[in-house]
Amino acid sequence: MAYSDKVIDHYSNPKNVGTLDKASKSVGTGLVGAPECGDVMRLQIQVDDATGIITDAKFKTFGCGSAIASSSLATEWLKGKSVDEAVKIDNMDLVEELNLPPVKIHCSVLAEDAIKSAINDYRKKNGLEELVFEERIH
Amino acid sequence: MLKLPIYLDHNATTPMDPRVLEAMIPYFTESFGNAASRNHSFGWQAEEAVDYAREQVAKLIGADPKEIIFTSGATEGDNLAIKGVYEMYASKGNHIITCTTEHKAVLDTCKHLEKLGAEVTYLEVQPDGLVDLKVLEAAMRPTTILVAIMYANNEIGVVQPVKEISAIAKKHGALFFTDGVQAVGKIPVDVNADGIDIMAFTAHKMYGPKGVGALYVRRKNPRVKVTAQMDGGGHERGMRSGTLNVPGIVGFGKACEIARTDMAADTERISKLRDKLENALKQIDESYVNGNPAHRLPHVSNISFKYVEGEGLMMGFNKDIALSSGSACTSASLEPSYVLKALGLGDDLAHSSLRFGLGRYTTEEQIDFTIKAVTDTVLKLREMSPLWEMFKEGVDIDAIQWAHH
Repeated sequence: MAYSDKVIDHYSNPKNVGTLDKASKSVGTGLVGAPECGDVMRLQIQVDDATGIITDAKFKTFGCGSAIASSSLATEWLKGKSVDEAVKIDNMDLVEELNLPPVKIHCSVLAEDAIKSAINDYRKKNGLEELVFEERIH
Repeated sequence: MLKLPIYLDHNATTPMDPRVLEAMIPYFTESFGNAASRNHSFGWQAEEAVDYAREQVAKLIGADPKEIIFTSGATEGDNLAIKGVYEMYASKGNHIITCTTEHKAVLDTCKHLEKLGAEVTYLEVQPDGLVDLKVLEAAMRPTTILVAIMYANNEIGVVQPVKEISAIAKKHGALFFTDGVQAVGKIPVDVNADGIDIMAFTAHKMYGPKGVGALYVRRKNPRVKVTAQMDGGGHERGMRSGTLNVPGIVGFGKACEIARTDMAADTERISKLRDKLENALKQIDESYVNGNPAHRLPHVSNISFKYVEGEGLMMGFNKDIALSSGSACTSASLEPSYVLKALGLGDDLAHSSLRFGLGRYTTEEQIDFTIKAVTDTVLKLREMSPLWEMFKEGVDIDAIQWAHH
């Protein structure tokens, strides 16, 4: 299978690889996937408590090139967005931007899950009710 | 000057040896006859070429030329052997023993026969990939007609104790079939010394052309017969109808001859390169060689690099190096290698594996390049791996409640 240029670019020069302090109240961490499935993503957001804007985002991913690219792109999109806007990021937007083939759509789903999981972690830490998302069939 | 990309997937297929191609060429245009045409010189020429190739193929495995049935390849050979024995020996029993790490051509053939009434035992292998002889012996039944165990495994390269397995089959009155695809032409295989009754193998894994293979079918002690799976002109002693692929067979013969004459020198050179590669990659933290290292093909190494995923790993160098991974992502099924799972490896290690298959034209320069490229990519991806970070922090990854999809 040939990868799109954008996947190759994110794989070769991933954006925002790293770790934020998961103990901090202003950091939300999402850890999704499973080693047995061949994909684990950890996505973290740093939120400005006053404005609700995501000021930083970091990821680490165990997975194929498409999984790495999906999480790298997701962190790029998250930065500068408000938490409320970030919730709206749809996996199909990632699929379109990265030209993922059908067999790799699950990578984008995982990235979307990671975003939502990070947001909920942030909300929980700050005494907000966790958002309930529709159950997906992967 | 190093020429890229480097091919390290010789278990999948091999390039054709130029000497093989040279032998084949006249049989496409000048000597194009049908080997079954008995009444003119074109046919005689083709038949003579096929007979010569049959001798070359037989000699490589210590067989009689009459015991060689030409096929289209090993998938056909596996099917013909197992289905053919099941039909031919139906009055004797319906039980077949095989193992979980066989090629799909064997496993799916057995599954097909189960639907027709066969009873099949799929032996689990030991963690090193080898069949446990005691478990095999215990699985034998009075109705067992066939034991089908591969000679060497395509993914991890382990070589089964074929002599011991065939002795157990013989003792219990069953035939022994082996898928010899990965072994024949690479290591010494002798049908008599090894006690093989039927064996499938193919040309393209030993520097011959694709689309041609052979089934060895023993004629003496015991005389074995398989029921043909295709009806037609009764070629190949009635076991495999269809006009013979004369140029392919000529090439197969030549490939077998070269394998026989060059095997010792090839093995010595290639196994040194394999060992160099393996020893260098073992230096990487948390890397594990899969399969029994002592009973293994000389050109294969299968290594898991824990905490990085195989396809992601290959992407780091696959424009320069061609090889295979046991990762799910390389298959359409999203399941990791069933062979590695059969060794008892966790899915995570199965997802993290690379298979290196060296060959006749692999050079030391290529191996040096590969060592560096693989090492660099593993280290780079680990910096990106949340699992590596957890491992380094002493987090017990197995204790985490992962959300399984």
